[in-house]
Amino acid sequence: MYNIFKLAARNLKRYKRRTFLTSMLITLGVVAVLMFVSISGSFKTMMIGQITDSMLGHLQIHRKGYLASIDSLPLNRNLSSKQVAKIEQVLVDIDAVDTYTMRIKLGAMFSNFAETTNIRLNAVLPEQELNTVPLLSERIIQGQAAGLIEKGEILIPELIAKGMRVKIGDSIVLVANNKDGSVNGLTLQVRGILEGISGPGGRDGVIHLEDAKTLLRITGVEISEIAIRLKDMNRLPQTYADLTAKLSSIKNQQGQPVFEVHTWEKLSPFFNIAKMIDLMTFFIRIMLVAIVLVSIMNVMIMAVYERINEIGTIAAIGTLPARILGIFMVEGFLLGVLGTAIGTIISLVAIASMNASKISFDFGRQTGLLLAPTISAGEVVVVVLTVIGIAVVASLQPAYKAAKMDPIVALRHV
Amino acid sequence: MSLVVAKNLKKTYVAGDITVNAIQGVDFSIESASFVSFVGPSGSGKSTLLNMIGCLDPPTEGTLQVADNDITRLDRREAARFRGENIGFVFQDFNLIPVLTVFENVEYPLQMVQNWPAGKRRERVQELLEAVGMADQGNKYPGQISGGQKQRVAVARALVTKARLVLADEPTANLDRETATRIIDLMKKMRDEFDTTFIFSTHDPKVVKNAEIIYTLEDGKLIKSQGDNGGHHV
Ligand SMILES: Nc1ncnc2c1ncn2[C@@H]1O[C@H](COP(=O)(O)OP(=O)(O)OP(=O)(O)O)[C@@H](O)[C@H]1O
Ligand SMILES: [Mg+2]
Repeated sequence: MYNIFKLAARNLKRYKRRTFLTSMLITLGVVAVLMFVSISGSFKTMMIGQITDSMLGHLQIHRKGYLASIDSLPLNRNLSSKQVAKIEQVLVDIDAVDTYTMRIKLGAMFSNFAETTNIRLNAVLPEQELNTVPLLSERIIQGQAAGLIEKGEILIPELIAKGMRVKIGDSIVLVANNKDGSVNGLTLQVRGILEGISGPGGRDGVIHLEDAKTLLRITGVEISEIAIRLKDMNRLPQTYADLTAKLSSIKNQQGQPVFEVHTWEKLSPFFNIAKMIDLMTFFIRIMLVAIVLVSIMNVMIMAVYERINEIGTIAAIGTLPARILGIFMVEGFLLGVLGTAIGTIISLVAIASMNASKISFDFGRQTGLLLAPTISAGEVVVVVLTVIGIAVVASLQPAYKAAKMDPIVALRHV
Repeated sequence: MSLVVAKNLKKTYVAGDITVNAIQGVDFSIESASFVSFVGPSGSGKSTLLNMIGCLDPPTEGTLQVADNDITRLDRREAARFRGENIGFVFQDFNLIPVLTVFENVEYPLQMVQNWPAGKRRERVQELLEAVGMADQGNKYPGQISGGQKQRVAVARALVTKARLVLADEPTANLDRETATRIIDLMKKMRDEFDTTFIFSTHDPKVVKNAEIIYTLEDGKLIKSQGDNGGHHV
């Protein structure tokens, strides 16, 4: 076996330029795939993290039909205290659930005593909210982030802050219709300014849950949504199925399910971008496979053609066909290994240096996101094995041709 | 006992509607450790005959026994195995493997055909390189030695597996007269040393003279045999 490798390696060295060019092509392909997978992967992870950890949570529960009319932030589709209690009972039993937060979502008129505009608000309990969406405090670009919000305070989205020329410490008035249609107002102090992010709820203001109850004259418990954070995002599909099964068994008098459960994927349009990225990754992989297949096959066909006389010689002196097959397959294999090894090293070095140089990029209205490409060992192994496997497959046909060559014909070849 | 026995051996090539009767029924037997040459004009069938004896090309008709084996009906694998175990080859164009050193070329059949252990291999290769006078050139590549030296290495490679029969089709055609004579002398010396049977073909009368048994072919027929038919002599 060692000798087959020696022979293959020497023959690759014999045609240095060709070996160099072919392995460079493979290297290029491997680098393209690994870099793309790593950069797009980390972009995806970061964006998903941003969306789930600063806004949506991983899962959300609403009263049935709430999401369909979320644009109008209907107060008559809130969860009652009995319903909330049932949900909490279910959540306690699901191990994957890390924590959850309850929100009242409402629309209101926002007045700075000179002008008035519409505002959408999330009314939250600060401690629960921060546990569920910890990155929310990072979106506070002005004002004190710690503690998120207290009663009598409001975090306003930056667009409204700019449009209404409101600064931290200013008093503003919120006016809202409650469920019955009567109007109430509440004066709040601007505590901070919230950075907007893309997606639903990305431009909402934040107030304390108690203030919302005062404003809307809610006695007891009324909740628009429960956002859930999981211990591990990879358990999302399982938990979603679990939660859906448990909650859908709870029916009203008409026999209809009372609750609806959605994953962040259903709630955020970014999920489609994420899927696009996955699709592109898939096509880039296909291209890599094609590059390896065509280049190795091409080189090996040439290698066999150039060495017909040598093949005739070794066949005549008794080398078995299987061994001749092996000699050429190993040559293709080594070519694949060479290209992959160089490609993997270049990629890993590039990824490490990108991390070291802290490259930032902008996404939508968000600026200065840090690009921190990572790649899992599993991903590297998959790419490496694929390329080497394809290299072997690509040399199969030429090697087979060499193995079944008639020694006399091969020896006579000039 | 005879090493090669051919009876009514025939080879017909059919290519499209052209039929060539390359060998048209020959009978001969070659004893162990003899030094035999097939001569004849171009196209007389020397290569065809040697290829059949060498188990590279099956006869169309007749019987052919080599080392007590009927080799007329071997499949590709069996034929390869038989060649690897019993027959050494020396080619007109030397046919050394260019990426292997002289030493590795001689080692090749032991490693890739017969699977000898490394230690014994080294010993045997060294022995053969000494026998052909190439012991000090082991680390050179074929591209770095002369034609005559290449053919010496090829003879060493043919003998290294202790083959009972070495076939050489025009081994001296690419060498000058003097070198050619030396190669034939070397082969004869190897025969004396290892008792290997040598069969070679040539159309060079000077080279032919050195053979002990000479078969003359013409149009695929044996028209003359000279020398001691009883085997090798002193
Ligand atoms: N594969 C083949 N197909 C068809 N005809 C062939 C084939 N091989 C040999 N022949 C024919 O068989 C005859 C004998 O050829 P062979 O090569 O044995 O001659 P040779 O004595 O070795 O000649 P030379 O001295 O030129 O090498 C020739 O007429 C040749 O054209
Ligand atoms: Mg010939």
